Amino acid sequence: MVEKFDAIVIGAGPSGNAATYTLAKAGLNVLQLERGEYPGAKNVQGGIMYAAELERIIPDFREDCPTERHIIEQRIWLLGDDSYIGTNYRSDAFNTDKPNRYTIIRANIDKWWGEKIREAGALQICETTVTELIRNESGRVIGVRTDRVGGEIHADVVIMADGVNALLAKRGGLQKEVAPENVALAVKEIMFIDPAMIEQRFGLKDEEGVVIEIMGKVTKGMVGTAFLYTNKESLTIGIGCLISDFKSGDCTPYKMLEDLKKHPVIAPLIEGAEMKEYAAHMIPEGGYKAVPQLFGDGWMVVGDAAHFNNAAHREGSNLAMASGRMAAETVIEMKKAGKAMSAANLATYKAKLDDSFIMKDLKKYRNLPGIMHENKQFFGAYPDLLNAAAHNLFTVDSVDKKTKENEIMKSFVKKRSPFGLVGDAFKLMRAFR
Amino acid sequence: MHIVVCIKQVPDSAQIRIHPVTNTIMRQGVPAIINPYDLFSLEEALRIRDQTGARVTVLCMGPPMAEQALRKALSLGATDAVLLTDRKFAGSDTLATSFALVSAINKLSAEEPVDMVFCGKQTVDGDTAQVGPGISTRLGLQQLTYIEKVESVDLEKREITVHRRSEGGVQVLKTSLPCMITMLENTNTMRFGTMDDMFRAARYKLNLWSKDDTNCDETKVGLKGSPTVVSKVFVPKPRAEKSKFIEGDTPEAQAQAAIDTIFGAQPKLAEDLMSAR
Repeated sequence: MVEKFDAIVIGAGPSGNAATYTLAKAGLNVLQLERGEYPGAKNVQGGIMYAAELERIIPDFREDCPTERHIIEQRIWLLGDDSYIGTNYRSDAFNTDKPNRYTIIRANIDKWWGEKIREAGALQICETTVTELIRNESGRVIGVRTDRVGGEIHADVVIMADGVNALLAKRGGLQKEVAPENVALAVKEIMFIDPAMIEQRFGLKDEEGVVIEIMGKVTKGMVGTAFLYTNKESLTIGIGCLISDFKSGDCTPYKMLEDLKKHPVIAPLIEGAEMKEYAAHMIPEGGYKAVPQLFGDGWMVVGDAAHFNNAAHREGSNLAMASGRMAAETVIEMKKAGKAMSAANLATYKAKLDDSFIMKDLKKYRNLPGIMHENKQFFGAYPDLLNAAAHNLFTVDSVDKKTKENEIMKSFVKKRSPFGLVGDAFKLMRAFR
Repeated sequence: MHIVVCIKQVPDSAQIRIHPVTNTIMRQGVPAIINPYDLFSLEEALRIRDQTGARVTVLCMGPPMAEQALRKALSLGATDAVLLTDRKFAGSDTLATSFALVSAINKLSAEEPVDMVFCGKQTVDGDTAQVGPGISTRLGLQQLTYIEKVESVDLEKREITVHRRSEGGVQVLKTSLPCMITMLENTNTMRFGTMDDMFRAARYKLNLWSKDDTNCDETKVGLKGSPTVVSKVFVPKPRAEKSKFIEGDTPEAQAQAAIDTIFGAQPKLAEDLMSAR
């Protein structure tokens, strides 16, 4: 006999967990399928967790959620060859009862969330890969098939939260292959270190944490960014660039990460730390223009699989959780009203997304991916110029300041030309507006 | 036909790390798995089940978190699962553990007589290989250790034929049921459970048995019932001696150089060998 559920959620990442938990809490008969050995086994995130979305789904999550450190300081660095120029913001006001941002280790969070999901009454089955969507004669999705014997399972609606590759949607002809310039490949290491060393090097106490977001020459002119996060007793360091750039460039991701670790401003921060875990993952970077069809007869797609990622602000998991919640809320509303899970009814999900920060933010930055992809100077020439300018300005060598300013101006004009500078300023404005 | 498979939840020894600062074993974050040797026994039990329609009950003694190991065993196809969990069992050595497991097997036998007990060859955390034989001794079962193949099970004659690996070769043994079997590693490949198994494992209401549920003598389990004393735990020192390269122009010269080196280091051995000549 074929099992039948109100909803099937595919994937136990942030979006799938949000959807499953929300559905189970509303009393629906929901099945979550995960291909990994346990929830989180396959998941990789930098990672910073933004509390607001999780709090909306699980208000008292702070009681037992295994977060690492709450962030009290944000640094943004532009790397030169042997220097950085950047900004810091640190505030004791971030030390509240309900901090807004935490460093996390994704697998720990998803394991914890998995327990919450089972407690909420959902059926969670791991080590089971969904191989295809099952449709009826009229093309409506009525269930899934898994890689196990007797693997056919039916449901009123299928929520695909299967991550950046969105294999199911692709196999089902609902999405096209992602263009290489629309995905980044990021690699990271979790490095073990004595917590006392973290606290000493970054000026922290208790569970305070620091985040460093990095851009610059270390990506060898490719479109990409790097990061260094403080966890409880480890540091996470990583770097990622667009796959299209890796393809045409001659630098491998792990070589780039090694270079980052050896950089003279980074090396002292990670000295003595021992690599514990190495991970790599793809990140959807195409933004608004890369968002695929999000719903249809009997199906919806959420999280990375829907390309929900705000590259400009390094937000992804919060978009994932919010989209998972909205998809679940849509199902709950239809169920209550006794309506079918047809494309016309599930359009409510798209309306919810459009009305939220997800689509509003993605739309705001819709030009960013294209502009960055075609203007590599933002990742190579400018960090270099700014570092050189700072070096010149902060070297006191009896050269008068007017001459120094002229030298700096000249270096910019020489590298980018007056028209180039004006054009770049205009492009940056367009990208972020 | 009723088969009991005893499993243990152990830390995944492949993923244990040494804390860089304190040099102690870090159990935190190390995944707990079914003792890998137990899986060969579970698979063999399931194969007998496939042929005979036997009931396969997995039995585990451990803390409440060992539920994961039992659910995993159910998802691989086991019929039933029992978790023997009680603070009073904590600190049991191999003697006390086998005693506690025997009391649970007796309770299972009262439900449906147990014909075969499968155990792992040994665990990857304790490595003693004592619990299986401990069970068979107490229950008076035929003891079949280091089995590489179960050739046949004859339910009418109540006979079993197995291949047992021994130092000199393979023994083909025939004996009567009930028996206790420990399987050698790599003698079979664990199956991939069906979708039905997965559903059943996820929904199964686990049987939790305490010491009192099994009517087990309190003085024979836990720390009280454990005569084993761990006096010291230490990390073996790496060998200080460096390897030596033995050189010579001809094979004969190389052999002579090797003998000279050995005899140089072991004068007593040289003396004994020479006098034996």
